[in-house]
Amino acid sequence: MTRTTDTHPNVDTNEGASPKPRLKTSAMIASIAAEGQRTKPAPFGHALVELAKSRPEIVGMTADLGKYTDLHIFAKEFPDRYYQMGMAEQLLMGSAAGMAHEGFIPFATTYAVFASRRAYDFIHQTIAEENLNVKLACALPGLTSGYGPSHQAAEDLALFRAMPNMTVLDPCDALETEQMVPAMVDHQGPVYMRLLRGHVPLVLDEYGYQFEIGKAKMLRDGADVLVISSGIMTMRALEVAKSLEADKVDVAVLHVGTIKPLDGETILREAARSGRMVVVAENHTVVGGLGEAVAGLLLRSGVTPKFRHIGLPDEFLLAGALPTLHDRYGISAEAMTTTIKGWLG
Amino acid sequence: MQTNPLGHNVDLAERAYRIRRNALLMGEVQGQGYIGQALDIADVLATAYFHAMSYRPEDPHWEERDRFLLSNGHYAIALYAALIEAGIVPEEELETYGSDGSRLPMSGMAAYTPGMEMSGGSLGLGLSIGVGMCLGLKRNGSSSRVYTLFSDGELDEGSVWEAIMSAAHWKLDNLIGIIDVNNQQADGPSSQVMAFEPLVEKLQAFGWFVQRIDGNDIEAVRSAFDAARDHAEPKPRMIVCDTRMCKGVPFLEAREKNHFIRVDEHEWQMALEALDAGRKA
Ligand SMILES: Cc1ncc(C[n+]2csc(CCOP(=O)(O)OP(=O)(O)O)c2C)c(N)n1
Ligand SMILES: [Mg+2]
Repeated sequence: MTRTTDTHPNVDTNEGASPKPRLKTSAMIASIAAEGQRTKPAPFGHALVELAKSRPEIVGMTADLGKYTDLHIFAKEFPDRYYQMGMAEQLLMGSAAGMAHEGFIPFATTYAVFASRRAYDFIHQTIAEENLNVKLACALPGLTSGYGPSHQAAEDLALFRAMPNMTVLDPCDALETEQMVPAMVDHQGPVYMRLLRGHVPLVLDEYGYQFEIGKAKMLRDGADVLVISSGIMTMRALEVAKSLEADKVDVAVLHVGTIKPLDGETILREAARSGRMVVVAENHTVVGGLGEAVAGLLLRSGVTPKFRHIGLPDEFLLAGALPTLHDRYGISAEAMTTTIKGWLG
Repeated sequence: MQTNPLGHNVDLAERAYRIRRNALLMGEVQGQGYIGQALDIADVLATAYFHAMSYRPEDPHWEERDRFLLSNGHYAIALYAALIEAGIVPEEELETYGSDGSRLPMSGMAAYTPGMEMSGGSLGLGLSIGVGMCLGLKRNGSSSRVYTLFSDGELDEGSVWEAIMSAAHWKLDNLIGIIDVNNQQADGPSSQVMAFEPLVEKLQAFGWFVQRIDGNDIEAVRSAFDAARDHAEPKPRMIVCDTRMCKGVPFLEAREKNHFIRVDEHEWQMALEALDAGRKA
């Protein structure tokens, strides 16, 4: 058996089209922030340090990705409460469970791909099944790395939604990331947070936002389209809403910071308002994430507006520069604007 | 002794020099990356591709080739540099490294690049694939060998030790593991992140034929590859290579060690010149 390398998947066959500059991957430092966007450095790390000052039971644990999950901020402040477990994600989860058994609240960090794929059974069996107080903060969620499938956690929400007892959070920006940290600790039981690291865009402060576990929040109202989104797609949706104003299209944005438990009440109330097309937008495969969760909820409840779904295709994604990939897979603000306009006809 | 199928006559040190040069040229395209690793492992790759392994550059899928698995997929820049030197990947593609549409993505993947035999990026997988390949080759009556390169950071992963135990159980004398002990991983020096010594004793206790060498001493690397091939016992073979990050570019060697380094624009030319100086010396 041989594999074909003659037609590799990343060839640009778009000959004749206007030449675009070749972008570079440099994925370790690739940022989701647009040029000139307001950002905050390491919101998770700083929020955890603040909270840990009054909560001595909080410990930090990582699998050789402290520097890359902003946990190094915590390590620097509390070196004796920081546990470097080596690049061993299964051990990380099992030992975090053990710490929780002994009364501590571990924040365990790695990349979303390694928590969800490498360590899933360890989380399922040692943490979730016993409803232990372990908090997972996992970087590079969805498509936020240009490294190819090994680093693209396109299915993390689907996997953790399917795990009983697990609370699943998908923050939009730096503000929400900060707000989630104390909420995670106040919540009794395991939590999976999609971690935005490094210089994280700051958006929601303009909307007077306050995160609460299990609550979806309307960020802006609009009569023509209701975008229901989570994570960085909410940031995109707000841009789309602004740009569609020029076309006299009135877009509402409902942000769902908690993927599980889903705020069915708010979603149903907003989706039932007549005359609005509902568009779910997620930085995740179209399989098993927010889109299917909302679709199932609406169908089960007999609420059936015109429904559309923006998400990543059910395929192994390419390597490349993030902006290129976000355009290609339809989750950049520009691509979303075009798609939604098309649906409006 | 087996002769090299390509009749290579350029000496290994020169091959290693050219692999380093290719890696620097690719690094310059991104301005940063796993340069330290590419420079530290060049002597090992030169020996693998220009002394030890059988392959046909024009036919990367040739059934009787020796297999090379890059378990540490982020070392792709190093392997591309060797594949270019070996004539498997055209030199012109150097400048596309890590760019949109390139066959040379920053993390090694089988579907993208001729000569890349596995999709890496998620660490700790290569040796398991190697075990299966060796079982399959034996089943097919093949005398090809499987060389699997992995990193000291990967020693932290339980899966690596599962494969190590199983390779000895199956007496896989066609499996040659190579560990790059550069004493570096993402969060710092590997020995501090997770103590892994005494490595030779551990691997021996697991049933392997083990050699530990200076991975930047090309003569030592060559004899270790020969001994791994010629060893009589029905055991898998491990070559533990102690290497020096950024080897061959003294001003980078002297810098604080880092998993992912940034090199300023003007320094790339300096790095190439420093490498050249070492070649003539
Ligand atoms: C399973 C897995 N966990 C974590 C990572 C993130 N990661 C990428 S490289 C790396 C360090 C691995 O150690 P090593 O290869 O020795 O590092 P180097 O010598 O290249 O600095 C880590 C933790 C990964 N790629 N795969
Ligand atoms: Mg290393």
